[in-house]
Amino acid sequence: MNATNQSLAMNEPTTTLEAQMVFKNLDFYYGKFHALKSINLEIFKRHVTAFIGPSGCGKSTLLRTMNRMYDLYPDQHASGELLLDGQNILDRKVDTNALRAKVGMVFQKPTPFPMSIYENIAFGVRLNERLSMYEMEQRVEWALKKAALWNETKDKLKQSGMSLSGGQQQRLCIARGIAVKPEVLLLDEPTSALDPISTMSIEELISELKTEFTIAIVTHNMQQAARISDYTAYMYLGEMIEFGLTDQVFIKPKKKETEDYITGRFG
Amino acid sequence: MELLRQRQIINKAALALSMAAMAFGLFWLIWILFTTLELGVAGLSLDLFTKMTPPPNSSEGGLANAIAGSLLLVGLATALGAPIGILAGIYLAEYGQRTWLGRTTRFVNSLLLSAPSIVIGLFVYAIYVAQMGNFSGFSGVIALALIVIPVVLSTTENMLNLVPDSLREAAFALGAPKRIVIMKVALKASMAGVITGILLAVARIAGETAPLLFTALSNQFWSLDLNKPIANLPMTIFKFAMSPFKDWQELAWAGVFLITLGVLGLNIIARILFRAKHKL
Repeated sequence: MNATNQSLAMNEPTTTLEAQMVFKNLDFYYGKFHALKSINLEIFKRHVTAFIGPSGCGKSTLLRTMNRMYDLYPDQHASGELLLDGQNILDRKVDTNALRAKVGMVFQKPTPFPMSIYENIAFGVRLNERLSMYEMEQRVEWALKKAALWNETKDKLKQSGMSLSGGQQQRLCIARGIAVKPEVLLLDEPTSALDPISTMSIEELISELKTEFTIAIVTHNMQQAARISDYTAYMYLGEMIEFGLTDQVFIKPKKKETEDYITGRFG
Repeated sequence: MELLRQRQIINKAALALSMAAMAFGLFWLIWILFTTLELGVAGLSLDLFTKMTPPPNSSEGGLANAIAGSLLLVGLATALGAPIGILAGIYLAEYGQRTWLGRTTRFVNSLLLSAPSIVIGLFVYAIYVAQMGNFSGFSGVIALALIVIPVVLSTTENMLNLVPDSLREAAFALGAPKRIVIMKVALKASMAGVITGILLAVARIAGETAPLLFTALSNQFWSLDLNKPIANLPMTIFKFAMSPFKDWQELAWAGVFLITLGVLGLNIIARILFRAKHKL
């Protein structure tokens, strides 16, 4: 596994790429079940990295190690190293709340909080910063504009976030995530519960956002991975089978397994 | 064809049976409501709310002291019991899910929930009234609060369990500490349900007589002193309805009507609140 990834890394353009997160021999367990097996991987700053693979291959699990979401559940644990800007975030001493402010996450199903649109966005900001009312209004507007939701919501910021449509709710969740100004944004199948038009607007949004944020996205939709990502990782049964530039993975995969999956012969 | 016919007949028979069962239940319920209305409305007057409970065979009198006493007892018992129930419910749903303490608390609570209220009355009598040497409003408050706690606790726990974990994870993902996830997100999402639980608990204790029999007792006069026996509607109804005096019996019916109206109102509010929440 190790050797493969290293040889892959050598083939990549190494010019201005900066690693934001680095996985070093990361193993993950649900109780006794070995869900991720010795993962080695680099997530590059201000690029989109897509994770593909059949259900249960560990791609969501991988995402949930990056903000230590698994910490909420006592029988789950990770070993190895996972560096964020050079610091090992698996270290017990790392404060998970501070980590999650740096590594935001958007989930498969939209999860607006039971409060107004404005409050939904201010919620996360208030946890980390003390802003004046004016600054907060500016921040909410900034986040909603970034998430391409401002025009639809500017006149109803006081309304419940649950009154929005599914696609709008998901963009609200993205706005909520970026309002905290994280470095990394994790997207766990963010469009799988949405219609094609909402999906398109979120895909456009992702391309916009990568100018400022590092994005890691899990998707079941291979076309989506091909459309929006710079790098693609193919996973199977908890192992990283192939990782590389998206064009290369989709057009000329190095591994037969990857090719079988991408061409639809398997999975 | 044979089989279809047979199925249709069985279907009709089952439907008829369940409709009959419903009609049987409703019949008594409506009869009770109708009698309460008929006999209660007759006793309704302004005097009911302004005059004290009268001695027998006097021409005028009301239930003012009993109404005030009941409001005081129910209000204080709710103020005492509801926060304890909510906090314990939060513990069970958010912290003690799989712990030994959580399981034990849940079991004891379900026992308390189904305990006959007279047992609670006797318990408070033994530990409080007997020690202090006199019946008192405060002991009534304790007894009623002990009925409020399990009702509020179990609704709070159930409502919090209905909040999807994905909502909690979303809040954690923003870097929120657990207490904020609980207070600002989980509890807020289940607020309508929790308030419904409190209202149902209030409705339940508004008509409880047995726990007050050994604690608050009753009082012929106006008194809001919690260290003395205090007048209240259920005990007054009990006393007046059993009496041979016509005017007392009329007042008892008026009291029954007031309680029924109050409980009905609370249930309707609870229902509306709960529905409003689920529309969201």
